[in-house]
Amino acid sequence: MCEIDENYGDILEKSTIPCVSQMCMKCKSNSAALIIRAGDAFCRGCFKEYFVHKFRAMLGKNRLIFPGEKVLLAVSGGPASSSMLAQVQQGLSQDTPKKLRFVPGIVYIDEGGATGQSMEERQMAIAQLKSIFQATGFPIHIVHLEQVFSLPGSVLEAASPTPTGTDGSYKGAVDQYIRKGSTGGAGPSEEPTQPRGHPVLDVQQHLAQLSTMEVPSSQHSQEMPSSQQSQALEMLFSSVRTLTAREDLLMTLRHHLIVHTARTQSYAKVMMGDSCSRLAVKLLGNIALGRGASLATDTGFSDPRHGDIMLVRPMRDYTSKEIAFYNRMFGVASVFIPSLDTKVSEKASIQHLTESFVTRLQTDFPSTVSTIYRTSEKLQTACGPQDRDAGLTARCLLCMCPLDTTSDKSSAFHATLVSEKLSQKLPSEAAPPKQGCLSSTGRQGKDCGALTDGCCSSDRTGRVPELGSLLCYSCRLTIKDTAAVDSLPPYILTEATRRMQRSQMREEIAEFLLEEDDG
Amino acid sequence: MPVVCSCCAQARAMLKRPKTGHSLCRECFFWAFEEEVHETIVSASLFTRGETVAIGASGGKDSTVLAHVLKVLNDRHHYGLKLLLLSVDEGITGYRDDSLETVRRNQRQYELPLKIVSYEELYGWTMDAIVKQVGLKNNCTFCGVFRRQALDRGAMMLKVDKICTGHNADDIAETVLMNVLRGDIARLRRCTAICTSGEGEGAVPRCKPLKYAYEKEIVLYAYFKRLDYFSTECIYSPNAYRGHARAFLKDLEAVRPSAIMDVIHSGENLSVREGVRMPVQGTCNRCGYISSQALCKSCMLLEGLNRGLPRLGIGKHHRLHGKILAQQPLTLDEERKLKAVDF
Repeated sequence: MCEIDENYGDILEKSTIPCVSQMCMKCKSNSAALIIRAGDAFCRGCFKEYFVHKFRAMLGKNRLIFPGEKVLLAVSGGPASSSMLAQVQQGLSQDTPKKLRFVPGIVYIDEGGATGQSMEERQMAIAQLKSIFQATGFPIHIVHLEQVFSLPGSVLEAASPTPTGTDGSYKGAVDQYIRKGSTGGAGPSEEPTQPRGHPVLDVQQHLAQLSTMEVPSSQHSQEMPSSQQSQALEMLFSSVRTLTAREDLLMTLRHHLIVHTARTQSYAKVMMGDSCSRLAVKLLGNIALGRGASLATDTGFSDPRHGDIMLVRPMRDYTSKEIAFYNRMFGVASVFIPSLDTKVSEKASIQHLTESFVTRLQTDFPSTVSTIYRTSEKLQTACGPQDRDAGLTARCLLCMCPLDTTSDKSSAFHATLVSEKLSQKLPSEAAPPKQGCLSSTGRQGKDCGALTDGCCSSDRTGRVPELGSLLCYSCRLTIKDTAAVDSLPPYILTEATRRMQRSQMREEIAEFLLEEDDG
Repeated sequence: MPVVCSCCAQARAMLKRPKTGHSLCRECFFWAFEEEVHETIVSASLFTRGETVAIGASGGKDSTVLAHVLKVLNDRHHYGLKLLLLSVDEGITGYRDDSLETVRRNQRQYELPLKIVSYEELYGWTMDAIVKQVGLKNNCTFCGVFRRQALDRGAMMLKVDKICTGHNADDIAETVLMNVLRGDIARLRRCTAICTSGEGEGAVPRCKPLKYAYEKEIVLYAYFKRLDYFSTECIYSPNAYRGHARAFLKDLEAVRPSAIMDVIHSGENLSVREGVRMPVQGTCNRCGYISSQALCKSCMLLEGLNRGLPRLGIGKHHRLHGKILAQQPLTLDEERKLKAVDF
């Protein structure tokens, strides 16, 4: 256990103090402009080359983006995603050798409604971002968080991925992709035609079209959300008791909006701007949030959980320091937009606490971020495309990862249930041992009596489904901290009811079903 | 206004459970705590009737509570186990000698047989002597590695079927975080297992019945039961890096009390990508104990101590294993690197 100290001791002994007159370690002719890591001094030109190469290498190594494919860039305005935008823009410019060959668009999710910004502030931020986005000439989609209240339930379904051979070679996959595009008749930017006659896909497309009409996305959506929706959003977030859960919920809703935008605008891939530093924090934070089962999906290069829309993270090799240097040296503009954890105390939320912990440890032990980050590469992507047939009910309603709550009796999940059962009134034992009250069980023991009432009263409205059994371990915790589950956007509640009914039906006919899978 | 116990709804609540937040009276808390450990034991089928089980006893709160609870449960649920206490004497003056006194008192209170194995008789070195040679840095490596093996050797001497250790939920969660911070994927995968298994003949299976018990609840239990335990930190300073993970976990718990269980849940559900290289378990060529290298860590450390090169076992010096097994001398340059460093 002590080895780690020792190894650092060696590094620290060896490291030399950098001096101003140092030469670039790469070209050895220009004087260095910055030091990325201990001992690695780069001049301006070499740093740029190194930075640009890293981006292309990441895309080249993973070979998931096909030529001519529409790719949606999720830009928050922060340094990392702005830097990603700049990389794509540069990679596509005429004079670049080996031009990138995909067709990008930009999506920005305006979260001001959840972070308590005024309409003026939000409009100002959007205007600033627009001026940056417009300079790229890419299509712009500005989506307000309030639009979650008009999302269709289909967002929560992992549609089967477009049938490109995942196990075949990249070349084969590209060929297949192009062939598919040409049968569509038009250029590659046209929506790839789906095989007709597949009922799920048909419904999927139908819903997507319907929702295009409902949600005014794309360019002309700059008009701000209605006050009714703003109020609904405000009510939702104010009913969430902890900042930890609020941040988690915001992330979930943001993902849903991005995926929905990608679907309706027929993008097949979404690029997220998570940097290596961000992902290290996310990995450790997700462990603390109980999301261990989906770590690889949450932090890996590609994220296949949504099926037809794949999320990719091309910035995952850059540290936030590199990005900050690049943005500053090469004038990449970014916009500061306050988030939920801006100006809060260190221990306000799990995510924020993890961030300050990792940052602090990184200053003492400079390889902290890269060590944590490397761990993510050794983890399995649990929800690969192959198990999509395992049934949609087996996925979490919110984060869409496979449910991790079906584990055996000897587990932390089960032990928690036992603890809750043992410290409550004995009569509750008579009730079915199902974690019925989980979604609304409060922290305070003395509330416990009132809680059961709470459950009943929510039954009285008769419309709020019990989400517990549809959620993964971590999302249960989030919903547990949400007082008014009925203020969740309708698409979540409707989908929940639908899934409940499905599973109820399945239970009823269970004895007639032939064993297909072990589930 | 006095709060009423949320379990029996009659007695006045005496405490708020750190794990669930419920307010309980003393008796209901004892019951809940014990039954939870019982549930852990039953659901993981840790024991079978008629087994002899050694409880690793340090005299601290965890092992004292473990010994007490196991004795209570063994009687209440008729496990049919033969329990005994097993202690390791590291030879730390002013710390271990005092805590062993506590263990001896526990032995009388619980009427369990006690066996003490000492570093001195097993390795010929006490921790005091080791610290004298190594200094205050890395001495925990020696102590930890030696203790693990000492427990096993003691267990084999007593011919027990299993060893129970007092590791609690906080310890496990802390280890998960620690292994992520160190990038140790092999340990990360197995650190949440409640029972060591498949370690071959070299080792006695170990299990952790308090795996899901919060440290704070263990203290509460010991406090209300007025258990006799020894609570002093080891005089040879605790490890700095683990301290970071520990402090982080405490902060997490303060933000969200379920965080400890959440971390363990995460650890239990991690899946490691196929093709990631894992150490292969073999046996030590010298002592026959389980090891992933030619020489086990314990033999490396001991060799280092005996040669006066304490850093031999610290860090990775796999290249030197062959030389040591063949009892060849090291080169001067190698020796210079492995001498104790003064800071």
